[in-house]
Amino acid sequence: MEATYLPNPNDSNATILLMGLRRGGKSSICKVVFHDMQPLDTLYLESTSKPTSEQFSSLIDLSLMEIPGQLNYFEPEYDSARIFQSVGALVYVIDSQDEYLNALTNLSMIIEFAYKVNPKIHIEVLIHKIDGLTEDYRIDAQRDIMQRTGDELLDLGLEGVQVSFYLTSIFDQSIYEAFSKIVQKLIPELPSLENMLDNLVQHLSIDKVFLFDVNSKLYVATDSSPVDIQTYEVCAEFIDITIDLDELYVDENGEQTNKEIKSISRLSNHSLLYLRQMIRGLALVALIRNDDENLNDMDSMLTVVNYNVNLFKQALMQMWQNSKFVKKTNDVNESLSVDRLH
Amino acid sequence: MSSRKKLLLMGRSGSGKSSMRSIIFLNYSAFDTRRLGATIDVEHSHLRFLGNMTLNLWDCGGQDVFMDNYFSSQKDHIFKMVQVLIHVFDVESKSIKKDMEIFVKSLTNLQKFSPDAKIFILLHKMDLVQIDKRDELFSMMMEKLQNISNPFQFKLVGFPTSIWDESLYKAWSQIVCSLIPNMNLFNNNLIKFNQILDAEEIILFEKTTFLVISSTSSIKQQKQPDLQDEETLDPKRFEKISNIIKTYKQSISKLRTNFHNLVIRGSNGTHFYIDILTDNLFIMIVLKDKQLTDSTYVSSHEELVVLENIKAARKWFEKIENGK
Ligand SMILES: Nc1nc2c(ncn2[C@@H]2O[C@H](COP(=O)(O)OP(=O)(O)OP(=O)(O)O)[C@@H](O)[C@H]2O)c(=O)[nH]1
Ligand SMILES: Nc1nc2c(ncn2[C@@H]2O[C@H](COP(=O)(O)OP(=O)(O)O)[C@@H](O)[C@H]2O)c(=O)[nH]1
Ligand SMILES: [Mg+2]
Repeated sequence: MEATYLPNPNDSNATILLMGLRRGGKSSICKVVFHDMQPLDTLYLESTSKPTSEQFSSLIDLSLMEIPGQLNYFEPEYDSARIFQSVGALVYVIDSQDEYLNALTNLSMIIEFAYKVNPKIHIEVLIHKIDGLTEDYRIDAQRDIMQRTGDELLDLGLEGVQVSFYLTSIFDQSIYEAFSKIVQKLIPELPSLENMLDNLVQHLSIDKVFLFDVNSKLYVATDSSPVDIQTYEVCAEFIDITIDLDELYVDENGEQTNKEIKSISRLSNHSLLYLRQMIRGLALVALIRNDDENLNDMDSMLTVVNYNVNLFKQALMQMWQNSKFVKKTNDVNESLSVDRLH
Repeated sequence: MSSRKKLLLMGRSGSGKSSMRSIIFLNYSAFDTRRLGATIDVEHSHLRFLGNMTLNLWDCGGQDVFMDNYFSSQKDHIFKMVQVLIHVFDVESKSIKKDMEIFVKSLTNLQKFSPDAKIFILLHKMDLVQIDKRDELFSMMMEKLQNISNPFQFKLVGFPTSIWDESLYKAWSQIVCSLIPNMNLFNNNLIKFNQILDAEEIILFEKTTFLVISSTSSIKQQKQPDLQDEETLDPKRFEKISNIIKTYKQSISKLRTNFHNLVIRGSNGTHFYIDILTDNLFIMIVLKDKQLTDSTYVSSHEELVVLENIKAARKWFEKIENGK
């Protein structure tokens, strides 16, 4: 691999390649997840005809590349081999409301090619637009698609290839859930991050904690307890509530101090929602249980939480500085982002 | 205080009456209103407001069959003892003549049965009008309606509204405040409270609807009103806050719970406290960092002090609510 590696200006980015037949929902997914577009507004999206690429900066820098369905990437003018080599994840979108047999043939062809040039590539299949399907039909479609894909790969002699499947729709949280998991696989520090979060959960009476990318509401890490979709939604919406209120009183002509945002809400069932801004557009959001009604205990508990979250943040900063994704060329950005914390 | 207040919600079918009622009083989202069917005859709702006030809201279905009855056999039943008439016009209406006809009939009956009633006009579904045309359309319509009302000696108060933005909260806050007899007591006490706190802003919200009841700006600004011109804060912020907090309430209802308070330390050294003040009121206090140093100890200490102050103020405001 190393020998054929071509210098690429974006090589410090983790690249996600979005593929699939046309009208499958690729552009819609990009717009909804990364540009805050309302799901219904995607009806007016024009069909994409050229490959597009966008950069996002989160804990890691992400490139998202969309390749339109009607394009034949195996034509010589596209250096497909080079593209696939630098890609971290291939996300293939299948329209589950449509006849999908063609898509499956297309998918195995792409997997065969991608795997050959880059055996480390993560292959992620979105069984998309499931909002139109009944619960039973969803399960059937998933089983059928997994079965057929498996058979095709077997025929191609690729039985070792790992393929992950997700049921998704832009009309609910499922697309965020799926993309969160896809992005997480590209973060080399994920195991240590999860460890640190598990530590927090163990020492404080935390029900669930997420490390969110504020912009997209994807979570780049969470503790190891299962994700309950309702808790995820409440935590993600808590970010919006906090930011929306904060922005109302930011005087645009005044100086911007950019202090760390912190938000705590006490709920009637004695739980707490807790938010702290981290580095690089991230925020930690936790749902903290508190069975004790005593206010003073609550305050001493908060002191402990604050202390531990401070430690977490410091560890995060350190981790990021040592991260292999930070190249010398990024030094300028790095100091900028760190400045913002003070 | 005898405090049953009768509010009539009038307007042609489809103008949006039930939609706004559901959003303000029943926690619907704007999106949910698409499910509403036409109202059959009159739908009554009794809403407790600020403790001992009851709002009797008469949502009068606007289809012609029902309207005809309101103005004939049912007219004394409908128009007697009315405190407030809220007349809703769909700005995109295709039959303005008919709209005006209904309006004149309402005025005629109101003058006869409740001549002291206040009238609010909501020019509704403004979201459907191009942004730069809205002001002009609004003043034109209001002028026309006021001219129609002059012979009846009614003075109209009008608002442009839409369920898709915060304008609805502004209109309803003012409608409801017009019914609160001791409004100036709330205002005065809020100012007193701010002399203790020295906050940038304090706002009182009714607890179930999150409508704004009263507010006060910083003491400094009150002494030098010209400072206000330099202020670049969003003039629609109160309504936006109502909207945001309602969204928050709806969000945490997924955890089958409600919220007690919310404390935010913002990006620009602004601190927000939203807390329960009385059984019927929420308070929001906006404070600015006084000193530039930012030690966590100091700020968490300050948080406690503010929350304690809110507790102490509770007694005052409970008294006002009970009309003492
Ligand atoms: N675009 C837009 N649509 C609105 C607005 N308010 C209400 N609507 C829509 O208008 C339709 C009719 O609203 P209703 O509230 O049922 O009307 P109504 O006045 O109660 O009608 P009747 O009960 O028959 O008198 C609903 O589909 C609402 O979603 C608004 O501000 N903007
Ligand atoms: N029902 C439903 N429709 C979707 C979903 N995602 C995308 N669509 C619709 O699918 C159509 C094609 O989407 P587009 O993003 O242009 O597809 P692309 O060609 O793969 O980029 C649009 O009309 C979208 O509104 C989904 O989750 N559910
Ligand atoms: Mg109705």
